[in-house]
Amino acid sequence: MDSTKKTAHLYARAGFGLRFADLQAAQHLTVKQTTDGLFKASDGVVPLKVVATNSNYKDADDALTKKMFLQQQRQLQKDLNIAWITQMSKGNAQLREKMTLFWHNHFACRTQNPWYAQQLNNLHREHALGNFRTMLLQVSQTPAMLQFLNNQQNKKGHPNENFARELMELFTIGRGNYTEQDIKESARAFTGWGFNNNGEFVERNFLHDAGPKTFMGKTGNFTGADIIDTLLQKKETARFICSKLYKYLVNDTPDAAHVNTMADVFYNGNYEITPVLKLIFTADWFYEDKNIGNLIKSPVDFIVGLNRQFYVDYKNPDVLLQFQRTLGQVLFNPPNVAGWPGGKSWIDSSSLMYRIKIPSTVLNDGVIDFAGKTDPEDEAALAAMPNINARKDVNTPAQSQPNWDEFLAAIPHGTTKAAIAQLLLATPLSNDLMQMMNKATNTKAMAIELVSTPEYQLC
Amino acid sequence: MKRRDFLKSTTLASGAFLIPSFLKPLEAMASADMTGYKNLVIIQLSGGNDGLNTIIPYGNDIYYQKRNTIAIKKPEIVTLDDMQGLNPNLSALKEIYDQGWMSVINSVGYPNPDRSHFRSMDIWQTGSEANQFLTTGWIGRYLDANCAVNKDPYTAVEVDDTLSLAMKGVKMKGIAVQNPAKLYQSTREPFFKELVDEHYSTHLNEDNLGYLYKTMIETYSSANYIQQTSKTYNTTAQYPQTAFAKQLKSVAKFINSGLKTRVYYVSLSGFDTHTQQQNQQGRQLKIYGDAVAAFVKDLKQAGKLDDTLVMTFSEFGRRVEQNASNGTDHGTANNVMIFGGKLKKAGIYNNAPNLAQLDNGDLKYEIDFRDVYATLLDKWLNVNNSQILNRNFAGLNFV
Repeated sequence: MDSTKKTAHLYARAGFGLRFADLQAAQHLTVKQTTDGLFKASDGVVPLKVVATNSNYKDADDALTKKMFLQQQRQLQKDLNIAWITQMSKGNAQLREKMTLFWHNHFACRTQNPWYAQQLNNLHREHALGNFRTMLLQVSQTPAMLQFLNNQQNKKGHPNENFARELMELFTIGRGNYTEQDIKESARAFTGWGFNNNGEFVERNFLHDAGPKTFMGKTGNFTGADIIDTLLQKKETARFICSKLYKYLVNDTPDAAHVNTMADVFYNGNYEITPVLKLIFTADWFYEDKNIGNLIKSPVDFIVGLNRQFYVDYKNPDVLLQFQRTLGQVLFNPPNVAGWPGGKSWIDSSSLMYRIKIPSTVLNDGVIDFAGKTDPEDEAALAAMPNINARKDVNTPAQSQPNWDEFLAAIPHGTTKAAIAQLLLATPLSNDLMQMMNKATNTKAMAIELVSTPEYQLC
Repeated sequence: MKRRDFLKSTTLASGAFLIPSFLKPLEAMASADMTGYKNLVIIQLSGGNDGLNTIIPYGNDIYYQKRNTIAIKKPEIVTLDDMQGLNPNLSALKEIYDQGWMSVINSVGYPNPDRSHFRSMDIWQTGSEANQFLTTGWIGRYLDANCAVNKDPYTAVEVDDTLSLAMKGVKMKGIAVQNPAKLYQSTREPFFKELVDEHYSTHLNEDNLGYLYKTMIETYSSANYIQQTSKTYNTTAQYPQTAFAKQLKSVAKFINSGLKTRVYYVSLSGFDTHTQQQNQQGRQLKIYGDAVAAFVKDLKQAGKLDDTLVMTFSEFGRRVEQNASNGTDHGTANNVMIFGGKLKKAGIYNNAPNLAQLDNGDLKYEIDFRDVYATLLDKWLNVNNSQILNRNFAGLNFV
């Protein structure tokens, strides 16, 4: 396989797609060197800093103040979303952002408090390439997760099993590796874990059930931390996470042998994430034909990839939210604690049609004539709007500005149409597509057509 | 082979078996006898509609005790029986009710109810248990189970810009159509058309690229079928001038024109009434009631009401006691409204909600929502409900 194709594949999976500018930099490097370069670019951690403080409306009890406070919280939620998608689109730490997105989906969580949302997101980013054990423990102690999975209500004598159940089913060991009894017993171990008014984790000892619990065959006066340790001692946890990583980075259908190799490295390396990722990106099997151009991009992958490859600026960034709503993935609003199902579920008649329309909208001064559904959590605000029933025959200009000069300047003189197409599309070029490309009047028109194809939905 | 040549050669061969399934609907439409073709219309009220101020248990004093400022006064209520009556904003439905075309199922819910909008909506749309996460919708799984017979996306149509999870299966998904003419135009834009033309005969592998092209070709074909079929019918019935009424008008047009769609899905937002509930909910209920009444009469006029069943649900009801802002907070069990020309049990289906025995201030559910689904699946769509709901539900007797 030629090195351009390998580089493109690596950038598509470890980041949000290759640009000609990246290709020039990576041209004479080995796969290992390119991989190291991606890690190096992600060395630093740039946290989101949209939400300045944790404010609480319980401080204000009159209706108007409360209403204004809620409006402000909603605005911050939007700002946070746009800040992240902009950081993914413009930042250099592609790999870190791509993995932050993975953990965002793995530890899927919703909160109405933008400060908590930002805190959890920054935690995912900080540990995205670090240690899973550390991340798991810290995530379990965030107000966002404690609230979302009702551990705040988990008390001695009245255990709430929600967190314990999802911890095993979704965060660590996976279905089939624990019993209902394990859930009941471990829920008792997490009693008392909560957060105070400042949003700080607290172990409320007076609510903790300190008595003996029998969990996965062992009996002791276990605490929450003990339960997490026990789960990480089970190799199934390493396998479960690696299988999910494989589906995210390699193929919808996990290959048992490859996943086992990854799980060995993960488990023996005390759940360090970077060695597993390096193993994937430098493995021969990662570059096999069957693993190239076979994954359906998530809506965020699709939007961010387009923004990066064409250096798009948005005068009205709300458009980015509209795209997310229409395509079915709004950051910070996963459908449930299991996250977005991904794969073919991203694609239906309408979402595919919008994906095919969006490039010309964004890259060619188009008009947006569709609206996504309201998130269920926004219903209260909606109910209070006087104009709620106005027919939304939306026709908003996208007001986006691609940087064509930068895009075109990075393409080396004499690059063939086929070579340009091969950089934008991960699948082999069909004859039909080649014919279409040959009819295109210039590179700009051709690029827009290429990214408006079903092929462009794959990476 | 190009699309044109292909069409030409199939015409010459005149063998129907040569025509790929996505080109068949045009033919099916011409020959089909549509009598007895059953439709299900699902109306989702988003935000958690307050069922107690919709179908009001005015005969129960507790209702007035718990809702000091937001209870609907007795003289204003459109009585249905000596216990329950309609919110005055639903007065248009009285005529429908009196004709025996409406049924109210009280206290519908599920065990361990979730009070968050998105999670409870997820549960209703997927038909899952409260502690289970499904990635497909219940209508989507109906499409999957039935895909040997109905293999086209238009088997389930959502009148909206985007498709709800309820409509997505593993193999099959419905199609979202806000405006058939606009959808048709979009798919006939030269670039889109060219992609379809150039690829319809290739790429239909089982891989993801094949899936993308298959979806695209089905969209192209369904957009054509929906537009060509629905435009043959001229709506003469009068509808209110609201966006929601316009959506139901589209559904009626689809049904009356003989579109071979089994399930329609429509949503109305704005029911999350934490503050100033009376005005907000009243406004939305009026939109709902007036539109549904017009819709039912339109279908009756066209002779389609006997073949149509309408189900209205919301993700949860609201707490029995009002809050301090003249609104209500998230609750649990709720009523489900059914409309149709051939109801086995019209009127109030079961006892009014029990306001005396509450679960921490919330109604206790008496009927699992999946028993409602099971009834629709078994008795209306003719599929075994356990196939779709993952275990068997006994169902009810409203149809």
